[in-house]
Amino acid sequence: MFQIDCPFCGPRWQVEFVCGGEAHIERPINPDMLSDDEWADYVFMRTNSKGMHYERWCHIHGCRQWFNAARDTVSDKIHATYRMGEKPPELSS
Amino acid sequence: MATPTKYSIWSLLRNAGSYHQNWQRVWRQPTPKDEYEVIVIGGGGHGLATAYYLATVHGITNVAVLEKGWLGGGNTGRNTTVVRSNYLYDESSGIYELSMKLWEGLSQELNYNVMFSQRGVIGLSHDRHGNDEQSRRGGAIHLNGIDSEILNVAQVRALVPIINTSPNIRYPLFGGMLQRRGGNARHDAVAWGYARGADARGVDILQETEVIGLMREGSRVVGVETSRGAIRAKRVGIVVAGHSGVLANMAGFRLPLESYPLQALVSEPIKPVLHTVIMSGKVHVYLSQSDKGELVIGASRDAHNSYSQRGSFHLIEEQLAALIELFPIFGRLRMMRQWGGIVDVCPDASPIIGKTPIEGLFINCGWGTGGFKATPGSGWVFAHTLATGEPHSINAPFSLKRFSSGYLIDEHGAAGVAH
Ligand SMILES: Cc1cc2nc3c(=O)[nH]c(=O)nc-3n(C[C@H](O)[C@H](O)[C@H](O)COP(=O)(O)OP(=O)(O)OC[C@H]3O[C@@H](n4cnc5c(N)ncnc54)[C@H](O)[C@@H]3O)c2cc1C
Ligand SMILES: [Zn+2]
Repeated sequence: MFQIDCPFCGPRWQVEFVCGGEAHIERPINPDMLSDDEWADYVFMRTNSKGMHYERWCHIHGCRQWFNAARDTVSDKIHATYRMGEKPPELSS
Repeated sequence: MATPTKYSIWSLLRNAGSYHQNWQRVWRQPTPKDEYEVIVIGGGGHGLATAYYLATVHGITNVAVLEKGWLGGGNTGRNTTVVRSNYLYDESSGIYELSMKLWEGLSQELNYNVMFSQRGVIGLSHDRHGNDEQSRRGGAIHLNGIDSEILNVAQVRALVPIINTSPNIRYPLFGGMLQRRGGNARHDAVAWGYARGADARGVDILQETEVIGLMREGSRVVGVETSRGAIRAKRVGIVVAGHSGVLANMAGFRLPLESYPLQALVSEPIKPVLHTVIMSGKVHVYLSQSDKGELVIGASRDAHNSYSQRGSFHLIEEQLAALIELFPIFGRLRMMRQWGGIVDVCPDASPIIGKTPIEGLFINCGWGTGGFKATPGSGWVFAHTLATGEPHSINAPFSLKRFSSGYLIDEHGAAGVAH
């Protein structure tokens, strides 16, 4: 279990949050132009990075806000949390 | 290559005479050749079974298994060894029942005791809805010729006298579904038995050999870069479970799966009290009692991606709470060890076994939280795929292409507890 620094409430235990998976996956701009493979890429394919990983969390038992986190998936260390809509910070794991 | 000693009562007696000091090594420690016909990346159960069936079924022995650590040190040696074949969909029945049939003769086939014990697996239901769902699944499984029995509370209690049948608990017991042919096997022995069999037929098992890159010529794979130098091969199979995404990344494509921690724990050993495998997807815990007397207890995976091989503490708390409600008798039991693995989970909870976008490169992954039971069948169909370049009809539905065609094999809802 780790601590997560909610951008709205400050540090809280992981049990107060739910993980929403990989962040910054953008919905295609022209859905009707997409091939099946391109759809599959958007819907199913994941980066699954070993190292720095950008993901969404929701502070479900707190402020109920969604936000992003940059976490190293080898050490589980969270290097930054930042709000929805913000660009991911430049970090190296 | 020396033929291995045939294990029997006679070899046991002979070696007892010399105080067990002269047992032959179970496999060689060869130096890598420059080139092999087939390279299997990953020395877990699935990779070793693949090599074994390449040699025995297809006569292809110029094969290397590359393992970055030690044999079975991944999920194979970390799992809770539940074996069953009662899945909902026809495609799943195909591969899991093929495995079950192979399990039933495996110790004889390998001349290695994998301690396969068909003690039965009971999935519990705690309400009407759960019971209806089990009846539907049980019916579908029956139609595929696989055994399953629906049990009421009295029948569950007859098999598991220590279970709590009080109607006054939060999720009272309602019934269950039993597969009598299900059970457990010894995880390490499965890896070692396949390794021994493959080695005896000339397969090179290379431990402490990590793949760090893939060699390509045009659209074809021609070998791998390893921590011990480059090795060429005509065909390469990736069987690395939690690290599938890392290998796919080396090859330049993405997979529809993510890697999560899954943990388990064992209690101190006690006298025999539990003779079947019990699982509950509702209160989420499953357990069996090992031959040493320890309870082997597992539950859900973590929700976040991680390669840390470490499960979260709050999940232990939840699974033990569930355990105590089902079995108050275990209230004072102490837990001895806890550990984690990295499981590769597909969105439809079914594996991917077949071609990749790169010619000559094949993958067997996505077994997630429940692939130990499939070790024999998975190796069998993947050996066919590597030998012929095409999937067997049993693994054809489990292609990577299903995520484009929409032909998902959605066992998530179906499996209840995914082990
Ligand atoms: C806690 C836990 C409980 C489980 N319980 C059950 C259960 O009860 N029943 C069930 O059916 N399944 C269960 N599973 C799932 C099961 O363990 C796996 O699906 C199965 O063992 C996978 O086998 P494998 O051979 O594919 O992978 P592994 O055994 O993980 O083998 C993959 C190997 O690849 C190696 N590797 C990785 N990267 C490289 C590289 N770059 N170069 C060389 N080698 C590499 C690894 O070191 C590893 O040894 C459980 C898993 C866990 C973690
Ligand atoms: Zn908050």
